[in-house]
Amino acid sequence: MFSKTVLRATSAIAICAAGTTAFADSHATTITIATVNNGDMIRMQGYTDQFTEETGIAVEWVTLEENVLRQRVTTDITTNGGQFDIMTIGMYETPIWGANGWLVPLDGLSAEYNVDDLLPAMRDGLSHDGTLYAAPFYGESSMIMYRTDLMEAAGLEMPADPTWQFIREAAAAMDDPENDINGICLRGKPGWGEGGAFITVTGNSFGARWFDEEWNAQFDQPEWADALNFYVNLMNDYGPDGYENNGFNENLSLFQQGLCGMWIDATVAASFVTNPNDSEVADSVGFALAPNSEGVDRRSNWLWAWALAIPAGTQQADAALQFIEWATGTGYIELVAENEGWANVPPGARTSLYENPNYQEVPFAQMTLDSILAADPNNPTVDPVPYVGIQFAAIPEFAGIATEVSQEFASAYAGQQSVEEALANAQAITNEAMEAAGYR
Amino acid sequence: MARAVTTQRKALNTTLAWIIGLLIFFPILWTILTSFKTEAEAIANPPVFLFFDWTLENYAVVQERSNYMRFLWNSVIIAGGSTILGVLIAVPAAWSMAFVPSRRTKDILLWMLSTKMLPAVGVLYPIYLLCIQLGVLDNRLALVVILMLINLPIIVWMLYTYFREIPGEILEAARMDGAGLKEEILYVLTPMAIPGIASTLLLNFILAWNEAFWTLNLTSVDAAPLTAFIASYSSPEGLFFAKLSAASTMAIAPILILGWFSQKQLVRGLTFGAVK
Repeated sequence: MFSKTVLRATSAIAICAAGTTAFADSHATTITIATVNNGDMIRMQGYTDQFTEETGIAVEWVTLEENVLRQRVTTDITTNGGQFDIMTIGMYETPIWGANGWLVPLDGLSAEYNVDDLLPAMRDGLSHDGTLYAAPFYGESSMIMYRTDLMEAAGLEMPADPTWQFIREAAAAMDDPENDINGICLRGKPGWGEGGAFITVTGNSFGARWFDEEWNAQFDQPEWADALNFYVNLMNDYGPDGYENNGFNENLSLFQQGLCGMWIDATVAASFVTNPNDSEVADSVGFALAPNSEGVDRRSNWLWAWALAIPAGTQQADAALQFIEWATGTGYIELVAENEGWANVPPGARTSLYENPNYQEVPFAQMTLDSILAADPNNPTVDPVPYVGIQFAAIPEFAGIATEVSQEFASAYAGQQSVEEALANAQAITNEAMEAAGYR
Repeated sequence: MARAVTTQRKALNTTLAWIIGLLIFFPILWTILTSFKTEAEAIANPPVFLFFDWTLENYAVVQERSNYMRFLWNSVIIAGGSTILGVLIAVPAAWSMAFVPSRRTKDILLWMLSTKMLPAVGVLYPIYLLCIQLGVLDNRLALVVILMLINLPIIVWMLYTYFREIPGEILEAARMDGAGLKEEILYVLTPMAIPGIASTLLLNFILAWNEAFWTLNLTSVDAAPLTAFIASYSSPEGLFFAKLSAASTMAIAPILILGWFSQKQLVRGLTFGAVK
């Protein structure tokens, strides 16, 4: 009696668990795409039905938080799990994974796709040894977004190519604690892709670099001390309280509410801060190139792309390639422009977009292009480096090391240790990790 | 006089309990309120508490974008399946440890609990590879078994604690009346332990419902539960707090309702054996 009951209950669970896959659709081919919850990606999901109508290929979306997505797709790709037919990855992962043979080379793109139309910086960043491994869906750099009304009230004019020294002067002029307006808002949040990315490009613009050509850490060099001291002093004097906890979203929130005079961050933010539905300062935002320190021949702008790649373990490589051609082609850009206006098309991927007179009317279009063109992932720093990448070094160990280093820096921002101590710790952490990984 | 002090103390205790209760509940309340705001109101500074334009737009957007029912069904199957399966295995195990202890029973109990101290990510790759080999990636049955195994130590421990409270003499009397092992567990022990089993079921259902490591890492489309549903609304570039709050509210609503109706059993289960 007892064992029969147990058997029945167990069978019921097993049947319920295994047998309720009532959601399979009737399409002959279904591809599964892992992606992040960014505005442009979500918009694309809304148009997927059109792709299915045109090709008969059904699409299943798996949308995940950025860090979860990275862990999830890394696990799947390294174990050949075959869970995804297309993965949304960035410029950091693509060359590393391409070199490891984990991605299908995108050699089979059709002539109509016009691969030569991709912005050279994007194409280079998503290639390894000249082979393209991921197609950019949208690309971004970083730039200054500033309040034109506050700048005018301060009696200043933003130059076309501002320096950090001017930024400090402008921050001091716009800072208004009585009205809760911070002169400047910048990222400080720990994480290689958050505050780590920002301080790395700031370092570049002061002539600093992560490694010398022998992979020795360079945090003991005066350029890093200059960069970090400048950043900490600027933010302590004119930044928001608790800036060590602020990343992209926190600063976006502050800027949209009119609580920042300037914000230097991803170019993709331009469409958010100029959208009157979300932003209180939509009609008074100006744009300028990311700054450099006076006399330093590198600016503090990064380069990034969210791109679509095909993992080597997929059984649906042809269908996946068809989707990539559709989603990153010019036809998709026209589709979005037709339905939602040119300001909402995915930016930063194709040269032809910036030659389009309709798109040239979008207020941030030219500055986005100029910022992307000003970034060179092959020569990111004043002194030569052995790595590719601007806000990162495209080596597998970088994400872990940079996250730890950014935590050290954030504790200096919070006043828990001095800048000198943070730099000394960063130097030790980096050298130790690089030695353990066999670079030194 | 003494009566007045008692009343005062009671009032103080009640007030304190309400304050602590509200403090603990506040993040959930804030999430629910945010889900009815626009994205701009969700980030307003100073924050607006109740006086805003209530909207259901976020729920409409979430409903349109995601197949909520599929995620919900997966959560029910995975959490329910793993809990029932776990209790079915744990009842005999806890019975033997409570009523027929050996010299090693305490060690076994401690060893079982020690498996909970292993960081889950430490066994991600072995489990992932096993799932690939067995062809059960993104499969509900695999998650039922894995979550059952993860929660089994807690289930056994809870049931063991309840069973220890039941006098062994009652079982002995049943045996003297001719009850076999099955009858003893099924007709004597189980009815007496039903409150304990119910609270164990509830607590483990909640634990399995909220589990967000294995359910995120081993699923993609077919078996993805509500944890994956919430994760899909977190954005690195863009403020979608209102939509994220709507998704979170939809994900926690079933378990909140279940917890509300079964709070007596839950409290009894959590405090059972705490006061001797």
